[in-house]
Amino acid sequence: MVTPEKAKKPDTSVDLCGITLENPVIPASGTFGYGYEFAEFYDINMLGTFSFKGTTLEPRFGNPTPRIAECTAGMINSVGLQNPGVHTVKSEELPKLAKVFHKPVMANISGFSVEEYAKTAEMLDDEPQIGWFEVNISCPNVHGGGMSFGTDTKAAGTVIDAVKRVTTKPVLAKLSPNVTDVAAIARACEAAGADGISLINTLLGMRVDIRRRKPVVANVMGGFSGPAIFPVALRMVYQVAAAVKVPVVGMGGVSSAEDVLEMMMCGATAVEIGAANLVDPYASLKIVRALPEAMSKLGITRLSDIIGAAAQK
Amino acid sequence: MKQGFFTITENKSIAAGTYLMRLRGDTSAVTVPGQFVNIKLDGFYLRRPISVFDCENDELSLIYKVVGGGTGAMSGLEPGGRLDLLTGLGKGYDLSKAGARPLLIGGGAGVPPLFWLCRRLIDAGASPLVVLGFNSERDVFCTEEFRELCAKSGSRSDVSVVTVDGSYSDEFGCKKGFVTDHLPSGYTYFYTCGPGPMLRAVYDATDTGGEFSFEERMGCGFGACMGCSCKTKSGSKRVCKDGPVFKKEEILW
Repeated sequence: MVTPEKAKKPDTSVDLCGITLENPVIPASGTFGYGYEFAEFYDINMLGTFSFKGTTLEPRFGNPTPRIAECTAGMINSVGLQNPGVHTVKSEELPKLAKVFHKPVMANISGFSVEEYAKTAEMLDDEPQIGWFEVNISCPNVHGGGMSFGTDTKAAGTVIDAVKRVTTKPVLAKLSPNVTDVAAIARACEAAGADGISLINTLLGMRVDIRRRKPVVANVMGGFSGPAIFPVALRMVYQVAAAVKVPVVGMGGVSSAEDVLEMMMCGATAVEIGAANLVDPYASLKIVRALPEAMSKLGITRLSDIIGAAAQK
Repeated sequence: MKQGFFTITENKSIAAGTYLMRLRGDTSAVTVPGQFVNIKLDGFYLRRPISVFDCENDELSLIYKVVGGGTGAMSGLEPGGRLDLLTGLGKGYDLSKAGARPLLIGGGAGVPPLFWLCRRLIDAGASPLVVLGFNSERDVFCTEEFRELCAKSGSRSDVSVVTVDGSYSDEFGCKKGFVTDHLPSGYTYFYTCGPGPMLRAVYDATDTGGEFSFEERMGCGFGACMGCSCKTKSGSKRVCKDGPVFKKEEILW
């Protein structure tokens, strides 16, 4: 006999900085464009939300090619924040997105100076569809910006403070794993007013073509992502969740509904899916669909109950 | 674009390090010559993009060169096995521009996509001229298939086979050098695919409009990751999604 309790669909919703997500699955910035192209494959409204392509004040072509190298259970990219710039994002990309996505979207922004971050956020602040800002202070593929802000507690705090001053929307700081003490950076962002922390961006890595005796990617180094980095990501999410009171969005090698649960147990309120989208365009949708059953198998009726479960004594 | 499972029906060596794989499955997304498929292989994280050699009904044929671990593993796959493919990727050749006497110029691993193109052009009433270039006799493949095809619309001699070292000869003699040393005259438009230096030489040696298929290391193959971007006269483009075929007037070297 099926009891009413057992027949009830597991509750996959979570609250991220005051906005309810139907589920915690968020395609990560740089793996999902501005969303509308994935809408050709499936209804992207099935997702919790997604984080759009890292946007800068000016258009950027990015780094020279080749930009991609394969690794065991992962990949390296050195795209270098290619994007059409905030003006075109406002005039072309967001109107296209609005036609196919009807939920708040996460706006990933990046810059090469504190002023650029603030100006980009200010220009996007009046876009009604933007629910959160995700401030990328962790891109390993650009010089004089990106990661250089995210590897220093003072610089990280300054960027977050500047963005907070120009918007009332929740601001998440996206952190780099390429630091000695990730918890210290997270605390500095929280102290500067960050409403949440997301991590990890890619790990700085490289590959060499042994026939040519040269690095595979033209920019020599790039960001390593994929299932190989999942344990590192879990460890850092765990450390940061223990260090801050604001919500943490976990990412790094997540490839299945079980991975989502594992990361949430480490303290993540929501989970971003990155490289998996590039190997299988349906990866995020498959995780959304698999989540209720994965929860039921473990006797989880409300997903938000497991946030940080692995940290509780 | 479509994701689907295909069954391998044949996988055999046809030249030095070069293999022909035939697959059966849902080819409905494979619509234009010049498109490619992206293949998931056990033990490799990223898919392998391979151009379509031929496609008819539910049969898809690919010709690929073994260049690393992934294509090496692919060459060992047995008929009966199943592969996860993304099909119908990329923008292919524009057949409407061909005119009566289109010229097809292929080099090495760039030869395969021109076969289906050649067949489709003939079906549409054109009489293609074909120049196929290889490094050496041991690398030559599919020349007889091209000659049989072209015999239907014109003559077997419409196909020229060129080797860099002059080691290959057939009923039409021996052509030594680069494809650009042996381009015929009187063509109405051209389509080309091959290594970068060859494409550049073709660009300089041709005097009509034409289309180039480019190769680049890809992440996703469907336009999401920006891994394969290139600069064109009309801004930055993704080789996988906006290409791999680009018109002559768009290209920036």
